[in-house]
Amino acid sequence: MAEVLQHDVLVVGAGLAGMRAAIAARAGGANTAIISKVHPVRSHSNAAQGGINAALLDRGDDWEDHAYDTIKGSDFLGDQDAIEVMCRQAGASLIDMEHMGVTFNRDDDGRLGTRAFGGQRRARTFFVGDFTGQALLHVMFEQLIKSGVQRYEEWFVTALIMEDGQAAGVIALEIRTGELHLIRAKSVILATGGCGRLFEPSTNALIVTGDGMGLVYNAGGQLMDMEMVQYHPTTLAGSGVLISEAARGEGAYLRDKDGNRFMERYAPNMMELASRDVVSRAEQTEINGGNGVDGCVYLDCTHLGEALIMEKLSQIREIGIDLAGTDMIREPIPIRPGMHYIMGGIKTDIEGRTNLNGVYAAGECANVSVHGGNRLGANSLLDTIVFGERSGNHASEFTRDMSFPEFDINGTLNRERRRIQEMLDRPENGDRWSAIRREMGESMNRNVAVFRNEEGIEETIDDLHQLRRRYENVPVHNKGKNFNTDLIFALELGYMLDCADTIAVGALDRKESRGAQFRTDYPERNDEEWLHHIVLTKGDGGPITSELPVTITKWTPEERKY
Amino acid sequence: MDVTIRVKRQDPEADGEHRLPYWQEYPVTIADNATVLDALIQIREDDDGTLSLRCSCRSAICGSCAMRINGHAGLACKTIANTVVQDGVITVEPAGVMPVVKDLVVNFDMFWEKIEAVDPFLKHMGREPDGEYIVSNDAMLHLSGVTSCIMCGACVSDCTVLEVDPTFLGPAALAKAYRFTADPRDGDSDGVSMERLWALSEPTGVWDCTRCNECVQACPKGVAPMDRIMAIREQAIQQGYNNNNGARHTDAFTESVAHSGRLDELRLPIKSVGGFTNMPALMDYMPVAFRALRRGKMPPIAHKNVDNVEAVRRLFRQLEPDPPAPRVSNNSPFG
Ligand SMILES: Cc1cc2nc3c(=O)[nH]c(=O)nc-3n(C[C@H](O)[C@H](O)[C@H](O)COP(=O)(O)OP(=O)(O)OC[C@H]3O[C@@H](n4cnc5c(N)ncnc54)[C@H](O)[C@@H]3O)c2cc1C
Ligand code: SF4
Ligand code: SF4
Ligand code: FES
Repeated sequence: MAEVLQHDVLVVGAGLAGMRAAIAARAGGANTAIISKVHPVRSHSNAAQGGINAALLDRGDDWEDHAYDTIKGSDFLGDQDAIEVMCRQAGASLIDMEHMGVTFNRDDDGRLGTRAFGGQRRARTFFVGDFTGQALLHVMFEQLIKSGVQRYEEWFVTALIMEDGQAAGVIALEIRTGELHLIRAKSVILATGGCGRLFEPSTNALIVTGDGMGLVYNAGGQLMDMEMVQYHPTTLAGSGVLISEAARGEGAYLRDKDGNRFMERYAPNMMELASRDVVSRAEQTEINGGNGVDGCVYLDCTHLGEALIMEKLSQIREIGIDLAGTDMIREPIPIRPGMHYIMGGIKTDIEGRTNLNGVYAAGECANVSVHGGNRLGANSLLDTIVFGERSGNHASEFTRDMSFPEFDINGTLNRERRRIQEMLDRPENGDRWSAIRREMGESMNRNVAVFRNEEGIEETIDDLHQLRRRYENVPVHNKGKNFNTDLIFALELGYMLDCADTIAVGALDRKESRGAQFRTDYPERNDEEWLHHIVLTKGDGGPITSELPVTITKWTPEERKY
Repeated sequence: MDVTIRVKRQDPEADGEHRLPYWQEYPVTIADNATVLDALIQIREDDDGTLSLRCSCRSAICGSCAMRINGHAGLACKTIANTVVQDGVITVEPAGVMPVVKDLVVNFDMFWEKIEAVDPFLKHMGREPDGEYIVSNDAMLHLSGVTSCIMCGACVSDCTVLEVDPTFLGPAALAKAYRFTADPRDGDSDGVSMERLWALSEPTGVWDCTRCNECVQACPKGVAPMDRIMAIREQAIQQGYNNNNGARHTDAFTESVAHSGRLDELRLPIKSVGGFTNMPALMDYMPVAFRALRRGKMPPIAHKNVDNVEAVRRLFRQLEPDPPAPRVSNNSPFG
């Protein structure tokens, strides 16, 4: 047998959260490795266009204002202690990123410049053109190279190993060779990103399949507030690719088929820059009411002028030209609400700890919870950096005087080998992963979207049961070893079905409307009965729900108006 | 739209005939505005689960899907199928220069090694400021032209030097290097990255580019690597590096032959006389055999095709010419 790989801290996922965590753990002295199913710079953090929020005190901003906007945005479901941590830390983290080399846009004095973003009363979004995520991700990768963290690139984690209630490592498939490896670890940080692809369409990249959430859920861990799924107001018809909020931040209008700025009727003060759940619902109401065209309304940038668009929105202009054949300098682009982000995720505390000893989570796969019922634009990158760093710090501390948990290494690895071999050996008939995935995505998008009701959600829960039965026999056509994506997609689909179950069950459970959850059968927010988190764990017949109070420090819940 | 996607496939690990490259045709019906990637995904999902390719973002941002489409490197997700279809067919091959792992997936190891070789992280001499560095927006916007690189490898795939000399740092790594040499925060207090400039002027660095422009054409993000390479040359010269320094260009020949072998005969004289723009002077230096080849419609240095390069190589081996010493040694490299 090959030598056993082992590390004090093993980070799964090399997006912004994972790389930040690994760099912190390494700096703390831990032997650290990072593992990712794609090369780090291919991670989905790339896609973030608009920017990252921070209240810089030397600019007259106040972290408490940022915290209040975040809490209000969350529809008071966010935990206020966690939000305080994030907003206090934001300025220092932003300057760190600048020192690492991020080429943030500047103001006339050569200082960091800002743009306006939705749901916030002042412009505190720092940005690099309209490719902020890519700029941050590549710089983080530069720092990862510098840090000396061991990298396992294009390795796909298939199982999280728990021994006596303590994290003991992971099993991963080396994609290039098809070899299965066991990596021992004293602690595992999951930073695997969201689960957007279980909706069809979605703004998310094809690799965003909820793997970390599935791993934790199957290992007995807790997910939380999974029903809170963000539909972004401006996605392209067809492909579902995102047009950043930066467009509205720079002053773009939303118009119905007759050219009316319909947001006047939904959010007279903030207009197009109300929080995302509010804008998406407004659009969907207009579309359902016959004021759209082909299921879309319009994003109008024509009054912004060519110079501004070329300097600040050039990438999204290109996307519009490439994918919709529309040049936003000259004409309005047809857009509609589309699945974008999950506020829910693996439940953690403010150090990134989950309920499983030695297992941490950070980034979109985690739920700290700073986003509650609705995430503000540009708060997610901040979340990845702040809580990535904290979990890395804590994990390196946690593993310092600890020895590796002992367990039957060969037996564990062989069990996983057999499980995967069994998938490969299945007869080739039956539905492929692609058909099941599509049906799941369409069902979710039909019934667990902007507007939801009991009947629809139950229909989707039924669909998911059927799909899972079919999944149990899903064939893998590719029997080869090297770069067998057919096998990987089949494995990912298992994680996606787990996530879909918890989202649907959460949505059915929460009998009120808050943030991204809008129940047409319970259209009001109901603080008396529902101002609490919904925790989901795996039971024999599906997810089991329980309640957890929301942490409120000093901001009392109030009616939310924009 | 009905179209046939003709894919060059290969499974180097297989035992049978698929060990070697072969062509497979997939007829598909796709939407009019579908990309080449949409077509490939459709094949993988509905038709043939054994087809391997990398892709993720579908919006030209993750850098996964570079491949050769009708012979030229580009992103499948940025190429609208109906703009490249020829007689109902689109030909798709793996990216060049890097070895095939399977089908359209190539091994990027050498790509990343080259990136790492340029010390790809900000190196500021002296103390960091408490707040942000104060630098102009123009300087940052200028860098955006290079930081928009998504590391897709299209430029590397089509680089004519890398095709014959794998030691060259290549367009992506050198563009990455420029991202630091042009950053006012990198290097000394004047933003001069002296150590970098010197290291990049070594063999395998900026002087090994033949200015063939292939990387500029291949790049889907407008990074224009060749222009960045020329800008580094200029920065190096401004910092006192010149053609007399170490008798760089007179010695270049021997030096470079030593580091990467005989094939540099093909390009070193060229860089000494100022690139392809100086064609007449260039022709003087070309070995007779090479000129003959050219008349026989062999592309000059821009060998797109390994077979051709091999032919040239063989000819050189047979002729064993003495390396001609460049007559002009002090020409501007900017031709
Ligand atoms: C189009 C778009 C635009 C956005 N714009 C903004 C914005 O402007 N501002 C903002 O704040 N937020 C924005 N967001 C949200 C934000 O980009 C993401 O929430 C955030 O980047 C997630 O980062 P992450 O590190 O958690 O995960 P990711 O960057 O998704 O990384 C996940 C990592 O996990 C790895 N991984 C996953 N599963 C496995 C497995 N089984 N084995 C091994 N590795 C695995 C992947 O390879 C990857 O490296 C945007 C999102 C989208 C989709
Ligand atoms: S211009 Fe230089 S770097 Fe670019 S492809 Fe040609 S030889 Fe390679
Ligand atoms: S320079 Fe252009 S072609 Fe080369 S890796 Fe970067 S984005 Fe791709
Ligand atoms: S799929 Fe990401 S660049 Fe093409």
